Amino acid sequence: MSDDSRNHLARAGETALYDELSRSNRVTTRSWYVATGIAFLVFAFGLGAFIYMMATGMGVTGLNRPVFWGVMIILFVFWIGVSHSGTLISAILRITQASWRAPVLRGAEAMTVFALMVGGLFPIMHLGRNWRFYYIVPYPSERQLWPNFRSPLVWDMVAIATYLTGSILFLYFGMIPDLAVARDRSTGWRKKLYTTLAAGFRGSHAEWRRYHVTSTLFAVLIIPVAVSVHSIVSWDFAMAMVPGWHSTIFAPYFVAGAIYSGIAGVITVMAALRWAFKLENHLTERHFDNLGKLLLTMTLIWGYFYFSEFLTTWYSRLPEDWALISSYGGHYLPLFLLMLVCNFLIPLPLLSLGKVRRSIPAIFAVSLVVNVGMWAERALIVVPSLARRNDPSIWHNYFPTWVEISFITGALAMFALLYLLFAKLLPVMAISDIKDHLFRTTDRSVGGTVVPSVAEEESGKEGTP
Amino acid sequence: MKHKWAMVIDMDRCTGCGACVVACAAENNTPTAGEAEAAKGRLMHWLRISRYWKREGNETRAIFVPTPCMHCEKAPCEIVCPVYATYHDEDDNLNAMVYNRCIGTRYCANNCPYSVRVFNWWNYTWEKPLDEQLNPDLSVRSRGVMEKCTYCIQRIRRARETAISERREIRDGEVVPACAQTCPPGAIVFGDTADPDSAVSRVLKDPRVFKLMEHLGTDPSTAYLKKQRGPGR
Repeated sequence: MSDDSRNHLARAGETALYDELSRSNRVTTRSWYVATGIAFLVFAFGLGAFIYMMATGMGVTGLNRPVFWGVMIILFVFWIGVSHSGTLISAILRITQASWRAPVLRGAEAMTVFALMVGGLFPIMHLGRNWRFYYIVPYPSERQLWPNFRSPLVWDMVAIATYLTGSILFLYFGMIPDLAVARDRSTGWRKKLYTTLAAGFRGSHAEWRRYHVTSTLFAVLIIPVAVSVHSIVSWDFAMAMVPGWHSTIFAPYFVAGAIYSGIAGVITVMAALRWAFKLENHLTERHFDNLGKLLLTMTLIWGYFYFSEFLTTWYSRLPEDWALISSYGGHYLPLFLLMLVCNFLIPLPLLSLGKVRRSIPAIFAVSLVVNVGMWAERALIVVPSLARRNDPSIWHNYFPTWVEISFITGALAMFALLYLLFAKLLPVMAISDIKDHLFRTTDRSVGGTVVPSVAEEESGKEGTP
Repeated sequence: MKHKWAMVIDMDRCTGCGACVVACAAENNTPTAGEAEAAKGRLMHWLRISRYWKREGNETRAIFVPTPCMHCEKAPCEIVCPVYATYHDEDDNLNAMVYNRCIGTRYCANNCPYSVRVFNWWNYTWEKPLDEQLNPDLSVRSRGVMEKCTYCIQRIRRARETAISERREIRDGEVVPACAQTCPPGAIVFGDTADPDSAVSRVLKDPRVFKLMEHLGTDPSTAYLKKQRGPGR
């Protein structure tokens, strides 16, 4: 779609714009049923595997002594990492008032919420007595015992609960004007649903003012939460005196890795949404170009962190660390190469090319590659460090069983399922933000090219769509 | 009276026979994992004998390191448990474990540099008549909880109750854990270091004494004796 016709709908009429942006809500296609059905079946299989594990014992996994943490913790770190960028990107774009942000916001925020819902399950599932998970929650119980606040796992529980609550509120709050639009244009049970969710939003000046103040406040507050969450996830590892885990760089390194995999996740989700719901007019090459540049930045930052962490450990050759690093060149070489290739060697040159960033299939492929690489990176952090503990007499390797592999697929399916249901029920595009932006923008010819230009600088307070 | 229980293992005496491992399993109701599970790295032993080979000239020597829980004074496992399932027993200076509180995060096991903690991967059963050999002094653990060497806390408790009923202190040598009781060469000495005259306090003055991974600062209660060989010794 060329830039000239980008704001055709804002001018042509609200109905057409609404129809185009909420196609996912209005038409239920056969392919939606097929996709949802497949996602449900795969998810149900994972759920069945979990129930089997819960009923039989953790012995059905590939875990052993000393590798007490495996796929479930890898999935936990991975999905919390993926969850990272949605809210963060959205908040940063809101605060910096990036002019291209509007079509990306909603999809990214929803990705955060669903990835958190998936990721947050795994620390519970991985418990030996997962039916007793509430022992970790601080509530006045018959045991008359608080949880141990010195344990990073308690911090983790608090951090993830906070982040999930914050992200859901952030997503919901940003959605209110769009729910109001949907309420005015729908019938039947959908009207009832949107009426309830829109909370009486009418679009008066006062309402918009409060909305903008609150959403800026939310955006500012959610950033430290997001940074703290992945720092705390990293401290689950860094606080332990395990060679390879006990590192001061882990918190910023994990945050960088999380943003990296999160941006890749945003690109994957955006490309899928654009393709599935025909949003070519709104999610343009420009968005993918910009997200691609962000991804490239994170590739470099991640590479820098990994290099500096690796170099110090490698150079000092402490015996405990050396045993671990040797395993990267031995038993865990395939995993190490997978990480290095998918996280750095492939994305770095490709994302440097504008052609790749602007080609949606190409950047979609790169985003998938990055997430495979990030999965390998998480696996490489969790497993080899445990497999090469201080006492060599108990060294033991680890490979997941079918139960754990069905958790990997089940997690992916659960994420897809949540997203498919979300796309069907709620406004998947930030309609009012997009409309706002389209109204402000005109296309101007500058030399040989046409650039979008805004009539006035956004004040952030007086949105009048 | 507060105690500070400690164990000293004489590696120069240890023959690596494994009697202590068997005694420990019999005393503490630790299940037999079986060959297949053991190959997966799921031995349930609370006390393992780590074996290392050392080449000295033309000779290859086996070094046996019987490794029970170190009962660290600054135990890394305790601080990371979110539910206080493993905590420091202040009276006996033991690193204690409450099975009913444990939810099985297995974080303690990850943070133990000695890797002495074991996890109940399954609900282990003792087929009849093997259940008759279970020790009634302590529980059989269900699946999903961590467990580890307790320095035979049931024996410490029994000795204390006897001492209280007879209105006296626990005598040196009254508490003997199963491993020390069984060790054929008598390589394991156990006792209370709060008592400066106890056998274990005397053995700890031996110049051969060292502790495992002392540099980590865990301050273990289990110590080892080994004559250092090789150049510079």
